Amino acid sequence: MSDTMVEHAIAIQTSGISRVFKKLRAVNSVNLTIQQGELFSLLGPNGAGKTTTIKMLCCLLKPSSGTATIMGHDIQKDPLAVKQIIDVSPQETALSENLNAWENLNLTGRSHGLEKSVVRQRSQELLEMMGLMDRSKERVKRFSGGMKRRLSIAMALVSDPQVLFLDEPTLGLDPQSRAAMWEHINQIKGSKTVMLTTHYLEEADSLADRIAIMDEGRIVVLGTSQELKDGISEQSVLRVEAEGLTNDVVERLREIYPEVTVVDGGVEIRAEKLDLYEILDFLRPRGIVVRSTQLKQASLDDVFLHHTGRELRE
Amino acid sequence: MRFLELAKRNLKESFLDPLSLGLTIALPIGLFFILQTLGRIEDLFKPTMLAPGIVLFGFVMIVFSSGFLLARDRESSLLARMLTAPLRPSDFIAAYALPFIPIGIIQVAAIYGIGSFLGLRISGNVGLVMLILFVMCCGYIGIGMILGSLVSTRQLGFTYMIVLFPTIFSGAWMPVDMMGEGFNRVVHCLPFAHALDATRAIMIDGAGFSDIATNFLWVLGYSVAFLALGVLSFKRRMLE
Repeated sequence: MSDTMVEHAIAIQTSGISRVFKKLRAVNSVNLTIQQGELFSLLGPNGAGKTTTIKMLCCLLKPSSGTATIMGHDIQKDPLAVKQIIDVSPQETALSENLNAWENLNLTGRSHGLEKSVVRQRSQELLEMMGLMDRSKERVKRFSGGMKRRLSIAMALVSDPQVLFLDEPTLGLDPQSRAAMWEHINQIKGSKTVMLTTHYLEEADSLADRIAIMDEGRIVVLGTSQELKDGISEQSVLRVEAEGLTNDVVERLREIYPEVTVVDGGVEIRAEKLDLYEILDFLRPRGIVVRSTQLKQASLDDVFLHHTGRELRE
Repeated sequence: MRFLELAKRNLKESFLDPLSLGLTIALPIGLFFILQTLGRIEDLFKPTMLAPGIVLFGFVMIVFSSGFLLARDRESSLLARMLTAPLRPSDFIAAYALPFIPIGIIQVAAIYGIGSFLGLRISGNVGLVMLILFVMCCGYIGIGMILGSLVSTRQLGFTYMIVLFPTIFSGAWMPVDMMGEGFNRVVHCLPFAHALDATRAIMIDGAGFSDIATNFLWVLGYSVAFLALGVLSFKRRMLE
């Protein structure tokens, strides 16, 4: 692979990017490399510095120090080139409330320099994709919260950006609308580079290729969801629900796996390497009826707790 | 010309917002109708004397309307969204300033048009009257931009009064002389009294440019300063 190809495979690169507001260091020396086509999530509580990071990358805030490039364009030296290839759906829905959906899409599309006919065609596709066509001629102030969010994302997509920033795209939505929004984001996934900020664990877990957990302006840990979970627990936990377990059987099981805890309706076995078949082969000849087995995994909340000493859930 | 779409949207938002439309168009016209009925008992309320003051009052409503639009776009993040589009600072300034010029033109046309049926006469050069009002309108748009960049929509409800009171007390529909010499001097340190003095001098006495040149320079100087401050406040907001 040539140098140029390597360079172009990187969509977003930040190098020690920081932002200080008076005495508050909102973003503290963040280093990220995000590949083209990747859906990358910044996960963290409110005030972690996620939105400030996105604002700097979108050329809305000047970094106090450090640099960043979007598709090779420096955000400070060439902001106009950066703005040609990005778009953003801000945390607030950011719509023109007295206009209809078509007019809102036209506003962002035309401001990106697209021809009227192109904007119209893309708007039609996006309104259909987001399920907004039926209400497309109504003033958007009459839309529900979920519809406004969908239109907000459509407005960010109409210019067909190479890099898309979604800042808390499901904030304030009910679980059903949130699930629908995840489907829409999954439809975009792979076709463009997406940087998504969220404080919902499930959102990052189900959508992102890689997750950076952010806290107090710093990237605490970065990796795929599985890597992050694997990183904090070397041991696996298997919960076995079974009938007919006796103290004798549990004691004998402890000879193979020393950490066996009796729980309601069964046992939990903790070990670095667990062999489910070995366990079943051990229990069944002793007349134990195994009702279910469940391998318990670490959650992203556990990952956050492990790295920050606090829980992410509010 | 990418700013045109945002400018069109801003004009549309202003015309589709009943509050904005009511304040900028309906209120000045209504006030003109009501106050001119007092013209039978007091010369100051005769259409020719009253029209420039009502137009300036209408411009104050433009300050509110333009400031409100900008402040609301800031608060709703629509401005942030638009700032990520490949537009230049000058595009934004044009998009938030130009749509209010046609509103100002509609105000002037409505007040002077209606006034002409009620006895309004212009003895001097009509173009000169329009020039002064146009320059003053630009100044008010500049003030709207300053307020819209600096204060919230909630604060705007009372901060625009810093323009409303000086405009009214500059002789919009009450004689400045009545307030005493000191007050007269103070209001003549601001452009509003000069705009009113100049337009009335042209309309009533048929004054020419040389007669009102000093007044015009006050109006022009302040309008340029307001616009420059508006642009600076806006630019400061654009990239924090």
